Amino acid sequence: MANKGILIVAVSQRGALPPVTFELITAGRRLADALKEPLAAVVISEKASALAADVAARGVDKVFAAEHPSFVGFTEETFAKVAAAVAAKEVYGKILLASNVAGRALAARLSVLLKAGLATDVSEIRPDGKALRPYFSGNLISEVEFKTPVSVMTLGAMAFPRAELGSSKGEIIPFPFDPGISKSSFAAYAPETSNEIDLGAAEKIVSGGRGLGSPEGFKPIFELAHAMGAAVGASRAAVDSGWVPYKHQVGLTGRSVRPKLYIAVGISGQIQHLAGMSSSDTVVAINTDKDCPMMQMANIAVQGDYKELLPLITAEVKKRRGSASA
Amino acid sequence: MGLHIVVCVKSTPASTNVAIDPATGQPKTTGVQSELNPYDEFAVEEAVRLKERSTGSTATAVTVGSDVCLREAIARGVDDAVLIAGAEFEGGDGFATSLALSAAIKKLHAEKPVHLVLFGKNTSDTGTGVVGAQTAAWLDWPSATAVMKIDAIDEISATVSRAMEDGTDQIKLTLPACVSTVKELNIPRLPSLKGKMAAKKATFPKWGATELGLPPAQVGVAGSATVVVKATTPAPRAAGVKIEGATAAEKARKLVDILIERKLI
Repeated sequence: MANKGILIVAVSQRGALPPVTFELITAGRRLADALKEPLAAVVISEKASALAADVAARGVDKVFAAEHPSFVGFTEETFAKVAAAVAAKEVYGKILLASNVAGRALAARLSVLLKAGLATDVSEIRPDGKALRPYFSGNLISEVEFKTPVSVMTLGAMAFPRAELGSSKGEIIPFPFDPGISKSSFAAYAPETSNEIDLGAAEKIVSGGRGLGSPEGFKPIFELAHAMGAAVGASRAAVDSGWVPYKHQVGLTGRSVRPKLYIAVGISGQIQHLAGMSSSDTVVAINTDKDCPMMQMANIAVQGDYKELLPLITAEVKKRRGSASA
Repeated sequence: MGLHIVVCVKSTPASTNVAIDPATGQPKTTGVQSELNPYDEFAVEEAVRLKERSTGSTATAVTVGSDVCLREAIARGVDDAVLIAGAEFEGGDGFATSLALSAAIKKLHAEKPVHLVLFGKNTSDTGTGVVGAQTAAWLDWPSATAVMKIDAIDEISATVSRAMEDGTDQIKLTLPACVSTVKELNIPRLPSLKGKMAAKKATFPKWGATELGLPPAQVGVAGSATVVVKATTPAPRAAGVKIEGATAAEKARKLVDILIERKLI
């Protein structure tokens, strides 16, 4: 028999909660309402008490604030110990985390510490407790059943809308925790130097592939992305050719994204790439080959030469957006 | 003295384009050729590089399942291998698999102290990407995930760079430790002819649950915390619209019209 209650584990990054935290709250709230169970969260951060208020104001009944100066950087063992201590306190049945680097590692450790089943990249949680998640590179969806009283799940980014600030206010409870001596420690952080939007949290992505033909091909991609306020993605072929750095890579070996709008330029749609973006809300394909998989799966397909089309689209976007906001 | 590096690998289907068996509702992987999980190539390469860097070091590959990936790892320069196999391990999820791996690592550690255990980013089939951190948790060893560079390592500690969403973290680990990697780590070499010959002839120990000291209830399906009750193919997307136009300018205008109409920009 599954335990009662849902616990969100929220980890701050550079002193702030990543937007995916608010997606977890939406998922948790829906589940709590459907199951008529309480929704709690633990915020693990060097600024937990300040950040907990933001979580409590978005529909979480009870928020534990685990604050310690050493929580300024994420380490797997210490953060897992904190989360496990909170989870054990009130014997929660479902534990929700983000599918980012920290959330995934934490979920893995928690599953062992709590002897709990784990499902990652979950796109849907059924009221009966089963979780849906992609596997075989996104070719298949599996329905996962938990055999343990506690289940741990990481939720795919953008799978749920972000919870807004509401009128109700949850209770904030300080959760003092002394991490003691740890076998791993956070030493330094080097921020991403380029001033670009992070792929994982982007609502709009303009992505380029082999069809661009050269590193110069990415120039109109970046220009359109800047005009739209979008992040820049790339296929493995473009990254392997050295046209853009690996951090732009979308797909199985790169990032998994789920934006509202994904514009694929010169990307044929290899299964490796589709695995990372096929759950985008709207896919626009721009390609010379009308029969390639990306053009077939796209919601909107434009056949043509990107060199000709992209500057025109960018100009049109600037013109229309400019006039709309004026 | 040198380092003892263990690299955990998996044999995965060479193609992820698998069908569902209507009888079982599970992916049909029998008869599909298997290979070293592509993401494990980077972990294997790093194990070999670390071994080459300091004399007297060894690299050992460990897997649960089939020996295909072990031979591939040997072909790429790994010294030794351990195969965890037996009917009892079948159908194990990450929870059960990581326990079996941790038991094997403990056994290796007792024979020759292990300094670092490397893992690939995730597997191409079930793709959970959590087995490294789970194995570390069973061992109660420190761990780091999404490691893109091993900056420094000796027999006592390692400093690693972790690729976060917003930049790079540097983490210090007291060894032994487990590290899950990403592909930025290195550019794997192809197996040499000599390596391929060695891989063909290689023999290695095969450990079952008994050798690992694990009760049957803790391995395979019985020891799993989750079960995949059903596999389905994703719903096909609704047919899309094609933007037609006599000129590129007309197409561009029509596209932006639709994007604005749908409130996408």
